[in-house]
Amino acid sequence: MDFIDPHIHIASRTTDDLAVMAKMGCRAVAEPAFWMGYDRSGVNSFHDYFRQLTEWEPRRCANFGIDHYSWMGINAKEAEDVGFSREVIAELPSFLDRPTVLGIGEIGLHKCTRNEVATLELLIDLALSRGEMMVFHTPHLEDKYKGTRMILDLLRGDRRVDPARVCIDHCEEHTIRLALEEGYWAGVTLYPVTKANPRRLVDLVEMVGPDRLLANSSADWGPSDPLAVPEVVASMRRRGHPFSTIHQLVWDNPVAFLGQSAHFHAPI
Amino acid sequence: MSMPSNAVETLNRDWLPLRAALIDLAATLDRIDRAEGSVDEDARWAQIQQSLAVLSAPEANRAEQIQLIFSLPYEPNWRP
Ligand SMILES: [Zn+2]
Repeated sequence: MDFIDPHIHIASRTTDDLAVMAKMGCRAVAEPAFWMGYDRSGVNSFHDYFRQLTEWEPRRCANFGIDHYSWMGINAKEAEDVGFSREVIAELPSFLDRPTVLGIGEIGLHKCTRNEVATLELLIDLALSRGEMMVFHTPHLEDKYKGTRMILDLLRGDRRVDPARVCIDHCEEHTIRLALEEGYWAGVTLYPVTKANPRRLVDLVEMVGPDRLLANSSADWGPSDPLAVPEVVASMRRRGHPFSTIHQLVWDNPVAFLGQSAHFHAPI
Repeated sequence: MSMPSNAVETLNRDWLPLRAALIDLAATLDRIDRAEGSVDEDARWAQIQQSLAVLSAPEANRAEQIQLIFSLPYEPNWRP
């Protein structure tokens, strides 16, 4: 079945991954800017990374018939130095105008510190002042519940926020309703051990319904699976879900969410 | 929305993986017990004991309850 992975870090994946993703039906991907596994030494490193996401990765994916889009931002793990973050944020506007950039992401919290919040407020303000869509990274493990609620508190305080244009990502059993009840899109990440898995995502679909859910692999430089979305398709089939629900989850939903950006063109 | 799934069919499908998960869980706890020293004072051990209690409770939101056991508390007045 054709699918879109709305959150995957192609820069960390091999060409073999792209080949097998294409064979499994992947037609488009969206890649949020994130932490590459080590702290960058300066603003130029971010500049080059943003160029990679907007110039090189789209070409690499195009070789396999996969459309590549990206989100620009500074991740929470490198947001602790607010002065440095300001310099990176100053780089963002010129990249946001590039033709395959969908908005600002992934931004959010990691350890939920004051400095992370200060940087996040700058990023949210940039997004809202430009009318950009946003993707939020919610923290890992024990910090997720608290951090998700803090992010929702920050957004609730700003009248410019349109929840339909925001994805709260990496939701799990204890946070998904928080995002959906306030009108946001909820991303569910299929990532071994530390996040959800295909079986639990299908449970969530059965409990809260498929509307405004986005299934993603977040496959990156760690142990992760670029075929996690097709794995969900197989899990849903095994459990007797109709084609229409499966197609909504892995195609219609990402097209509806990402398609709110004028830069996104649904694959035909 | 919910799939009209039948409990017996669901148990049939999940029986062997569930059985395997329980045995793996038991073996992991045994491994910790067999090892030298004690984890009685370790906060994570208390979280595991609380989670085991949730498993045998009748509610249908066990996964969410266990997620919350492993979560830091949220302070509504977190802003300075
Ligand atoms: Zn990510």
